[in-house]
Amino acid sequence: MLMLECPCCGVKGEETEFTPGGEAHLKRHGPGAPDDDFEGYLFRRKNPAGVHFERWRHANGCGKWFHVARCTVTLEVFGTYPAQTTSPPADILRRIRKKRPDWEGWR
Amino acid sequence: MRRYSVFAIAREALRHHQGWGRAWRAPEPKSRYDVIIVGAGGHGLATAYYLGKNHGIRNVAILEKGWLGGGNTGRNTTIIRSNYLQDPSAALYEKARSLYESLSQELNYNIMFSPRGVMMLAQTEHEVRGYRRTARANALQGVETEFIGPQRVKELCPIMNVSGPRYPVLGALWQPRGGTARHDAVAWGYARACSDMGMDIVQKCEVTGIRTERGRVAGVETTQGAIDCDKLAIAVAGHSGRLADMAGFRLPIESVALQALVSEPIKPCMDVVVMANTVHGYMSQSDKGEMVIGGGTDGFNNYTQRGSFHHIEETVRALIETFPMISRLRMLRQWGGIVDVTGDRSPIITTTPVQNLFMNAGWGTGGFKAIPGSGWAMAELMAKGEPGPLAAAFGLDRFAEGRFIDESVAAGVAH
Ligand SMILES: Cc1cc2nc3c(=O)[nH]c(=O)nc-3n(C[C@H](O)[C@H](O)[C@H](O)COP(=O)(O)OP(=O)(O)OC[C@H]3O[C@@H](n4cnc5c(N)ncnc54)[C@H](O)[C@@H]3O)c2cc1C
Ligand SMILES: [Zn+2]
Repeated sequence: MLMLECPCCGVKGEETEFTPGGEAHLKRHGPGAPDDDFEGYLFRRKNPAGVHFERWRHANGCGKWFHVARCTVTLEVFGTYPAQTTSPPADILRRIRKKRPDWEGWR
Repeated sequence: MRRYSVFAIAREALRHHQGWGRAWRAPEPKSRYDVIIVGAGGHGLATAYYLGKNHGIRNVAILEKGWLGGGNTGRNTTIIRSNYLQDPSAALYEKARSLYESLSQELNYNIMFSPRGVMMLAQTEHEVRGYRRTARANALQGVETEFIGPQRVKELCPIMNVSGPRYPVLGALWQPRGGTARHDAVAWGYARACSDMGMDIVQKCEVTGIRTERGRVAGVETTQGAIDCDKLAIAVAGHSGRLADMAGFRLPIESVALQALVSEPIKPCMDVVVMANTVHGYMSQSDKGEMVIGGGTDGFNNYTQRGSFHHIEETVRALIETFPMISRLRMLRQWGGIVDVTGDRSPIITTTPVQNLFMNAGWGTGGFKAIPGSGWAMAELMAKGEPGPLAAAFGLDRFAEGRFIDESVAAGVAH
């Protein structure tokens, strides 16, 4: 069972309290962008087997969106952090590196 | 290969079943093959079979990291139907369904195809309109389906409660020639026939890298050493993204868990397959008597082959209104598989940015029914280097072009 802690209200709950929202930190490409960038933005998700950064919403709680760093192979959660950022914070990256020394990095 | 027949059973009965022999060989991999196929699930094995049978290409290896048929092919709820809305899907799934009808004879292996009929319930006005439309599309496509009313539904499946209150049954899309088959037997039957053609099925052989030379595939690295090949096919379902990553490109696919469960065996009470897409649940009864139940996918990217409990709870809760009798059944087993879901819920049968590397992926929650047709189309693509009529619409290029084969709006769920 997946346990997450909402960084907005501090409540820790199991996954039925939250709704997953897909890959985090996507770079948006809109009208005028090359087809390849636009296709990538719309469809080509990272879908890694391992460390992953995602958006989740505290749907049955405070209702806010936030970010989760999670391993898709073990379901281990490395940490959660607020939505108002375009890249994972340094302390989360440090924690992941410690646990996954041969991880290739987040981008 | 020793043919299976009633005479073989009689002969073996007389000599204590000592003479059956192995159904397929367990060879060491050679250093080179004309074609390597990654993944010994139904799609990989059927691709190999039709490469040999339709195109005479037999110097083929199928590499499997675990055991043959141990992926989604051995984990699904075995529903076979072809009542899709879009023309390319109907053509591909109907090809597969019609091949299933004679597959036991073709492979000399009993795959237990049971065309018992599949009904998709309409439990909202929206679904009634949608399925009426699908029935008309199917008529034009040559797929035999019919929109039936609630009385007919009740006749075909007496254990069903059609009067609600929350989701009354307003009708159903009925495909009398749909049904089920024994999933393991499909993998085993193709494996036996491939092995008999001289192809090597290598189990416990994980592909860990893909070698390319000047943009063209050259071979694979595996846990049993490097193997060269002229052409490479990838048919690894939920692991498609990993293999594409090894070859240096990305796919429009996400891997999520899909679960199923079976009850304790009970007396025969239901001889059709019922799918209730509004509430995300479907059910059939196995030959052993177990009620086989499945639902929708879990919500987040997952490679663990187990799902979250609350999803099966939701599925069962939803089905109890329509099948009140299951509320007192005990459930025996629950399991999960990692399915490869695309943006339009349709598969990908395609050439790739790497020359001579072909992908068969994106079957998501509904690829068991497609195995023979998919293998047929994939073999044609690999033999000729370009897709034939069955595969043409399913290329990777459709995402860039916005040319979707949108089955997500048509069915909601797609088993
Ligand atoms: C619970 C559940 C219910 C389903 N119900 C239905 C249904 O009712 N009807 C229907 O039509 N479909 C259904 N499906 C979907 C169907 O099972 C799949 O679409 C289909 O089986 C996919 O077959 P495949 O051959 O592509 O993949 P798989 O059978 O998963 O085979 C892929 C193989 O590749 C191997 N592999 C992976 N990585 C590597 C590697 N690096 N090296 C070597 N080998 C590798 C795996 O071990 C695996 O054996 C269901 C799926 C699930 C999980
Ligand atoms: Zn919160």
